[in-house]
Amino acid sequence: MAREVWITGIGLASSLGEGLDAHWRALATDSTPTPSVDLAFTPPFGIHPMVPLDLEKQVPKREQRQMEPWQRLGTYAAGLALADAGIAGNLDILSRTHAVVAADGGERDVPTDTAILAGLQNAKQPAPFLNERLSNDLRPTLFLAQLPNLLAGNISIVHKVTGSSRTFMGEEIAGVSATEIAWRRIGAGQGDIFLVGGACSAERKDSVMNCALGGILWAGEHLPVWERLEQGGGAMLGSAGAFLVLEAREHAEARGRKPYARLVDVESDQSRRRPGDVAAKLSRQFDAMAPAGSAPVSVLSAATGIAQATREEHDLLAALIASGRVDRVRAVESLLGTMTSATFPAVAGLAALALARRGFYRPLDRTGFEAGGTEAADRIAVTVAGTWRGEGSALLAAVEQ
Amino acid sequence: MRDRRGRPVVAVTGYGMISSLGRGVADSWAGLVAGRSGVRRISRFATDNMRTTIAGAIDYLWQDDDTAMDITMRAGILAAEEAIADAGIGTPGDFPGPMFAALPPAEIEWPYRGELYRGAPVIDGDAYDRMIAAARRKNDDYGFRHALLSFIAEGVAEKLGTRGAPISLTTACASGATSIQLGVEAIRRGDTDAAISIGADCSVNPEMMIRFGLLSALSGTNDPPEAVSRPFDRERDGFVIAEGAAALVLENYDAAKARGAKIHAIVEGIGEKADDFHRTRSKPDGSAVIGTLKITLDDGSISPDEIDYVNAHGTGTPENDRMEAMSLEAVFGERMRTVPISSNKSMIGHTLTAAGAIEAIFSIKTIEEGIIPPTINYTNPDPAIPFDVVPNKARDAKVNRVLSNSFGFGGQNACLVIAGEPA
Repeated sequence: MAREVWITGIGLASSLGEGLDAHWRALATDSTPTPSVDLAFTPPFGIHPMVPLDLEKQVPKREQRQMEPWQRLGTYAAGLALADAGIAGNLDILSRTHAVVAADGGERDVPTDTAILAGLQNAKQPAPFLNERLSNDLRPTLFLAQLPNLLAGNISIVHKVTGSSRTFMGEEIAGVSATEIAWRRIGAGQGDIFLVGGACSAERKDSVMNCALGGILWAGEHLPVWERLEQGGGAMLGSAGAFLVLEAREHAEARGRKPYARLVDVESDQSRRRPGDVAAKLSRQFDAMAPAGSAPVSVLSAATGIAQATREEHDLLAALIASGRVDRVRAVESLLGTMTSATFPAVAGLAALALARRGFYRPLDRTGFEAGGTEAADRIAVTVAGTWRGEGSALLAAVEQ
Repeated sequence: MRDRRGRPVVAVTGYGMISSLGRGVADSWAGLVAGRSGVRRISRFATDNMRTTIAGAIDYLWQDDDTAMDITMRAGILAAEEAIADAGIGTPGDFPGPMFAALPPAEIEWPYRGELYRGAPVIDGDAYDRMIAAARRKNDDYGFRHALLSFIAEGVAEKLGTRGAPISLTTACASGATSIQLGVEAIRRGDTDAAISIGADCSVNPEMMIRFGLLSALSGTNDPPEAVSRPFDRERDGFVIAEGAAALVLENYDAAKARGAKIHAIVEGIGEKADDFHRTRSKPDGSAVIGTLKITLDDGSISPDEIDYVNAHGTGTPENDRMEAMSLEAVFGERMRTVPISSNKSMIGHTLTAAGAIEAIFSIKTIEEGIIPPTINYTNPDPAIPFDVVPNKARDAKVNRVLSNSFGFGGQNACLVIAGEPA
């Protein structure tokens, strides 16, 4: 029998605020949930910018200098999660806490690249010119800030998390796999306590450029994700740092901790995104987590707004509502934006928060799809169809306190 | 069969490799035991104004217009296909298990960036403002896919037909070992009977060379190329970047025997421990590396006395080799002075993300062939490392159990204990 996995710590910072109260307020209690959008950063593509953070509360200044923004954000959110779980500074537990981080990477130095690209236009010998400029202009600290595994490295240095340390790459599915592997390892007794999460900085012109190449961004004024479908769809990037502390129930009980929720199941897969693939994968995952005949669950969807995947997920969820297996749906990226590798930990964290606070999030769209109220759920499913590929789901359940 | 801790035994039933010494495990191994170096002058691109002009590149796989991601994907697929054929498992395009792949981070490279910039409208703002406008018009799937961190793993997984979401991982220079650990854990949990662990890294391009150079980790010398990588030597002054790929088919031992598979080796112990000291240096007291060694031995219930040979991380940086030696002495005591230890990196260079997987296969070959590969370029013994480094010439020896070390920037350390098939 696999061991129960509890979520005992949540660290969350995003465009909606810092910490759980801010997110609960913005998504559950505000009568008109309102996104924070910056349309001037990379027009015509809006982004959801990070709220200003007092980083020093979690990351000393001298350490911040060794990081780029996405690493600072992740290291900050990891600190929030550890503090929330009551293990910050507990070197005994931290020394056997395993980190599984879903990372972005490759944050470019915009002024340096700008100068080099301008110079390359007129360089008589482009290759030697490039070599010379790179040798002179790249900062060593920047290279370290570009390595995906250095978010985990910084978490070890700043917060003293020194069990095993693993970093997964690959947008949304990396966040799913990180959570899944931690969940499986705890269940099988391959570790008692894990720190899982990721960070996404939307305030990166290089990321916006990459997404623009893929034609996946929503241009113009903000709309909730379901409403974008009528107009071709598209995602809006959102900054977020999201970390969870996952823990074996016995381990949490032995140190007197109550959970936010139980992580019942994590499912992952990767289709080739032929028409119908997203619906088929998410449908199979939903069947595995909440078989037909079981009580209806509420869904927090990480639908991005990108046309095909979001359309398929919408229609699947509509069918599950019609058959009574899902009672309501909220697409949280309508307010948070697409958080790439931080998506799954962020949305799972919001699900755990709702279960612990015995309430639910307000409808975030005007199409009528997000019906239902804010009464407590017993079980919440999380669904993710990645911006490019990767499909994942989780089921969380309330724990009697 | 159960291991000393009562868990399912994990066997290696297939392996494949691409290295600067050759294509395939057999050629790579032959070069290694001959003491040959795969380090050469870089010919793939102009090295004017670069401090480092040598590498262990695998030019025989290079195609014009390749990015690091393209050649890495090609190398990973070739290594994996060799491993799967060797194991005789599944059918082409259908591997019956998950993939755990250690890979370098993907990013758009200068030729593409330059092309995007040149085609961009001239508008106010920085280069990215211009390129975003160009990207929007271009709407180019090639560029988009090459910017995805999942790009390489997805291509490899699609070709091999592995099950589920492919895992693309990085723990810097420990990555290859981490990919094996993830596979071992999945089989021990009973999630699967088979998994494929891959490490692939072909990152020899100008920006990568310069970035590593800025960390002061690379050797400052270039001549003669084959003599620059000098692990454990007093004159060592940094590592040599190299390319390569390796793949191992891991299987539940009983399942492998039941289908009549050949068992190359058993992965008996795995261990990891993160350092919290510094981004590029180990804790001076060695506690993180020592911790990793102890956790690995403890995981397999193995006594240090049972280790016959150490396949060292042995990068040839002054810092790594000293730290590795000190930590081994702390765990093995006096006996470390007589346990053979050698560094494959003296010949193939440092294959970064792929190193742990490549060196795991060389560890297995050491057991299977009864030959310990040498540490070449060992001319001035470092008195601080009084070990038997198997200097310059391979040695015949009966080896049944190998410790393979991998220590990464960012403080990620991973070790493996690999043993021959139980009699």
